Amino acid sequence: MKHRLPQWVALFAVAGLALLYLPMLAVAVFSLNVSRYGLVWRGFTLDWYVRLFQNPYILDAAWNTLVLALVSTLIATVLGTLMALGMHRFPWPASFRRFLDFSVYLPVITPDIIFAVAAVTAFILLRSAWSVFEPGLFTMICAHVTFQIAFVELVVAGRLAVIGRQVEEAARDLYADSWTILRHITLPLLAPGIAAGAMLAFTLSLDDFVISFFTSGPDSVTLPIFIYSSLRRGVTPEIHALSTLIFLVTVLLVLAVQFLTRTQKEV
Amino acid sequence: MTDPSRRQGRFLGELPLLAGPPVLWLTVFFLVPVAMVMAFSFVESYRHGVSDFQFTLEHYRQALDPVYPRVLWRSIVYSAVSTAFTLLLAFPAACYIAFSPPRRQKWLLFLVFLPLWVNLLVRLYSFIVILSAGGLLNRVLQALSLTREPVQLLNTPFAVLLGFVYGNLPYMIPPIYTALERMNPALLEASMDLGAGRGTTFRRIVLPQSAAGVAAGVTLCFIPTLGSFLIPDILGGPESLMIGNLITSQFQQGRNWPFGSALSSLLVLLVMLGICLYLRGFDPTAPREGAKE
Repeated sequence: MKHRLPQWVALFAVAGLALLYLPMLAVAVFSLNVSRYGLVWRGFTLDWYVRLFQNPYILDAAWNTLVLALVSTLIATVLGTLMALGMHRFPWPASFRRFLDFSVYLPVITPDIIFAVAAVTAFILLRSAWSVFEPGLFTMICAHVTFQIAFVELVVAGRLAVIGRQVEEAARDLYADSWTILRHITLPLLAPGIAAGAMLAFTLSLDDFVISFFTSGPDSVTLPIFIYSSLRRGVTPEIHALSTLIFLVTVLLVLAVQFLTRTQKEV
Repeated sequence: MTDPSRRQGRFLGELPLLAGPPVLWLTVFFLVPVAMVMAFSFVESYRHGVSDFQFTLEHYRQALDPVYPRVLWRSIVYSAVSTAFTLLLAFPAACYIAFSPPRRQKWLLFLVFLPLWVNLLVRLYSFIVILSAGGLLNRVLQALSLTREPVQLLNTPFAVLLGFVYGNLPYMIPPIYTALERMNPALLEASMDLGAGRGTTFRRIVLPQSAAGVAAGVTLCFIPTLGSFLIPDILGGPESLMIGNLITSQFQQGRNWPFGSALSSLLVLLVMLGICLYLRGFDPTAPREGAKE
């Protein structure tokens, strides 16, 4: 089939991939440059990377980023899975069903900025009652969970549709109660969907900037927020190194997950 | 078989309780706050938790003053233009992937998706390095003697549009690819066998067959771009601010929450309009016309 495509089509594909990867490659190269200013190559160094690991602010930010992503993913995965089960394994009346659909789809299509503004509004009001809602890691976790739930629900619901109800019905015919069915039939069958949903939630959390930016406090700086605030002082080789490192770690994580899921399928 | 709905009811009777916690969470942190933001846009003023509950349309009037519609209009124009350029780049790329051998298809798609996992700010950072006055692109332009003085590239509409194309490309390619990949290759052969040239085959077969994918890709790019904050903030200048930046400044420095709320409501309205247009034109659940032909 390939021979039917004109040559310039391949050229566009290459241009697209170049646009996606060349900028990051350039940053990676300059993160290894001795020169602090400008783009003249003055020799190879890993000095900027060493400095990253000596910078307590960056280490703090890395820790916050990880805690935020892990905790919010954990909560969102539980809530999203519950939502999917509650929505798709019970015959709701049509009107309430529409409300449930609405509250799942709305967060997916809502622009980040609206999410952020809504979260800030909620926290301001809740703060007057509970001081835990002061801007910080806790409020960031709440905000992240809120946008993750819908995505987990959609992925888990997809898996629920795939596994169907036959096995559950068979178990019911054999006098299993709902809890037994859930524990021994539905959840094990659902596990790959839940894992996929959790993965998506985790990457969404790592990927977010706007919502974190609005809900963070002075003690809950994450890596993206750190980079954003250091941009005001201009680009530096340390930030080149930090960006490159984040890129590499993310890519390695994704590759590891791909590899793991592939070997799992083959077993 | 008994009536399936009655069967289910008996079946997992306790399950509706499961939806309770997530619905409560979404209500407290999302549905009620969004409703409140909408409500605030009609309130006279709101400062530090004390609001003056006087109904007013003043903030909408202000939002439609000479200055702000420009920003609104610019948001729409930038989204449209950047989506068009993204489509121009993505369509041939998606074709190329769809027509590659299956193994390579998987790898190429993976390469398209991969950047999405990396935080957008980290990826955009590289554009600052490349576009700044002493940056890579200026060096290349000077080396090629195309310019002597550094050209202002960063903080221009060009940089913003480039940022959007870059950020949206991974969202545009996969839906188009999926549509093309599902296309029956026999259609192409039939068309060529019947004497249609490449151009005609493209126009009459490939284009209509990929329409659903293009519509999905355009929607996936256009709508999030409308409310974008980060790309115009770090790549653009004061002349390329979009509605997302305006909302942010109202909620952060400006502290004019009701006005920010009014702008937010307008943005939500725009997004809803876009989604309705998409669903009108291309109901994803409707059977595809091209498949029947």
